[in-house]
Amino acid sequence: MDIHEYQAKELLARHGVHVPRGGLAYSPEQATYRAREVGGSKWVLKAQVHSGARGKAGGIKLCSNDEEISNAAEAMLGRKLVTNQTGPRGKLISRLYLEEAVDIAQELYLGFVLDRKEERVMIVASAAGGMEIEEISEKQPDSIIRAVVDPGVGMQGFQAREIAFGLGLESNLIGKATETILGCYQVFRDYDASMLEINPLVVTRDGSLVALDAKMSFDENALFRRPEISELRDKSQEDPRETFASDRGLSYVGLEGNIGCIINGAGLAMATMDMIKIAGGEPANFLDIGGGASPERVAKSFRAVLGDRQVETILVNIFAGINRCDWVAEGVIKAIREVGVDVPLVVRLSGTKVEEGRKILADSGEKVIVADTLAEAAEKAVAAWRAAAKKKAA
Amino acid sequence: MAILLNRSTRVIVQGFTGKIGSFHADDMKRYGTKLVGGVTPGKGGQTHLGLPVFNTVKGAVRETRAEASIVFVPPPFAADSIMEAADAGIKLCVCITDGIPSQDMMQVKRYMRRYRFEDRMRLVGPNCAGVITPGQALMGIMPGSIYLPGRVGIVGRSGTLGYEAASQMKALGIGVSTSVGIGGDPINGSSFKDILQLFERDDDTDVVVMIGEIGGPQEAEAAIWARDNMRKPLIAYIAGLSAPKGRRMGHAGAIISAFGESAQEKVEILKEAGVVIVPTPASFGEVVADTLARTKKAA
Repeated sequence: MDIHEYQAKELLARHGVHVPRGGLAYSPEQATYRAREVGGSKWVLKAQVHSGARGKAGGIKLCSNDEEISNAAEAMLGRKLVTNQTGPRGKLISRLYLEEAVDIAQELYLGFVLDRKEERVMIVASAAGGMEIEEISEKQPDSIIRAVVDPGVGMQGFQAREIAFGLGLESNLIGKATETILGCYQVFRDYDASMLEINPLVVTRDGSLVALDAKMSFDENALFRRPEISELRDKSQEDPRETFASDRGLSYVGLEGNIGCIINGAGLAMATMDMIKIAGGEPANFLDIGGGASPERVAKSFRAVLGDRQVETILVNIFAGINRCDWVAEGVIKAIREVGVDVPLVVRLSGTKVEEGRKILADSGEKVIVADTLAEAAEKAVAAWRAAAKKKAA
Repeated sequence: MAILLNRSTRVIVQGFTGKIGSFHADDMKRYGTKLVGGVTPGKGGQTHLGLPVFNTVKGAVRETRAEASIVFVPPPFAADSIMEAADAGIKLCVCITDGIPSQDMMQVKRYMRRYRFEDRMRLVGPNCAGVITPGQALMGIMPGSIYLPGRVGIVGRSGTLGYEAASQMKALGIGVSTSVGIGGDPINGSSFKDILQLFERDDDTDVVVMIGEIGGPQEAEAAIWARDNMRKPLIAYIAGLSAPKGRRMGHAGAIISAFGESAQEKVEILKEAGVVIVPTPASFGEVVADTLARTKKAA
């Protein structure tokens, strides 16, 4: 789960990390009011959306008077910001963050990730801040400093000092940098973060160390014990199709194709989508209905998939282990009758009680295209989608 | 004797009396697994499914000489249960639970390192379908009927995709020595490489199928190890061709966050290491049959 920049900064500030003075605004009037509150003569107005690369997309503006602030706020609010990370649909700007502008002497990079090879928290730092980490590792790989934390004892002071000296900071900044790094680790650990990135961490002309931007993601499996983080969820930043599904306990990821997928198991779901692609189609979504697929759950899945207007065909692929094909078949029929499925529907059932399941589909009198194998299912789905698209065009 | 599990392995269930634990314990017993008891704190002394219930894993090990444990404990308490098994001298722990926080798994792996490598418990999972040695024993949630006993080893992250592969093989009369689900989490007990090492040493396995997916470094690491150390043919499929970068595809670990983690990149790395690639998820059966035929001819 991602949070906004201003939320991350609030968490970090509570743990000894310096951030610029700033405030949240929902309207141009609030933004200009915030500028007076913050003081100074130059401000940065930043769109609060769950994405990096906001600057290039017009989501960050430097302002030096009320008029500029008001104009920039008006231009941003209510608009969808499309960055290279949001996808073509973009993300809605409904909150702005106004900060004092900082006089930058040097930009650094500081990141915390869960390293899957080490299976520990890894700190990545570089004196070449401001660029994305991928760019740094491509252009200046030698500038990257890494440290790994032993989860038994947590991050030690010497590790933070090594990073601070490694960044080439002046000796009067070492203490502050150590405090900043240890503070970040504390936040990462105490709130079950999965990623924390301060890019850039800046040395100002007056010699202080400030987190100019902050990005954080959290381990969704740990949210049960982090209610204060769950509260920070902003549904306006999510794909509405995904919000609908996740509120119903379904694992769904929206994509750009036209063939809706309802599958059990994440691996089989990905493989089925691969098969659709190989057969010449494009999947509209990833959807794992999970273990106990009751008829109600199947019906909910149909609602989630059909909520996407781009869906022109549905493919159901269930390999029943704990599941039972007869229950899934009942769910499919229930969905057709209750939800109303007005696009071609291809169903492939396999595993426990498969004969019973197929019989339920056949006896229902509903229009269901049945497939026996994975390859056949994908081919039939793509063929049905093409035929439907042709009919629509005619 | 296949790997990890056979008909004489003495197994207990942690989270024994819960709904899910009970359902699968019963299923495993019917398959032929030598189930000797279970653990539910506070229910020690009772009998469940005709087997003794214990308060602690230590108690269960003392009374039943259990050597393996399967965990169905809910996510907030699962890490604790795994560490309890390690401390009680369990040799193999299979954790089915989905949804364990990553930091808990970091603690678990750190904790297990207090034991010497030779004495260390082997953990499979979490968030996995378990282990099955067809015709002998089941420690997991897979439907036993889709596996024929045979000489092909399977190791994969996903449950249902593993079923798909096994059933395609069964349709061609090809059987499985052992199938191991290592799970879909970013931090797991056994890696692909760990399981390949066991299959390479196993006299009952001729060929190994690895079913990977997007995210993480484990498939590449396994392929490099296989190139340098494995004599048996390795076959692999990587799921997630159509997965966009930075999006989590169901499994907590199925997310492309770094270079080399997409399906296309992994397939390239595997190909370079000489791994036989399964081109589509519909061709597991075919590719395994071809590879077996070529192996026989060469021998």
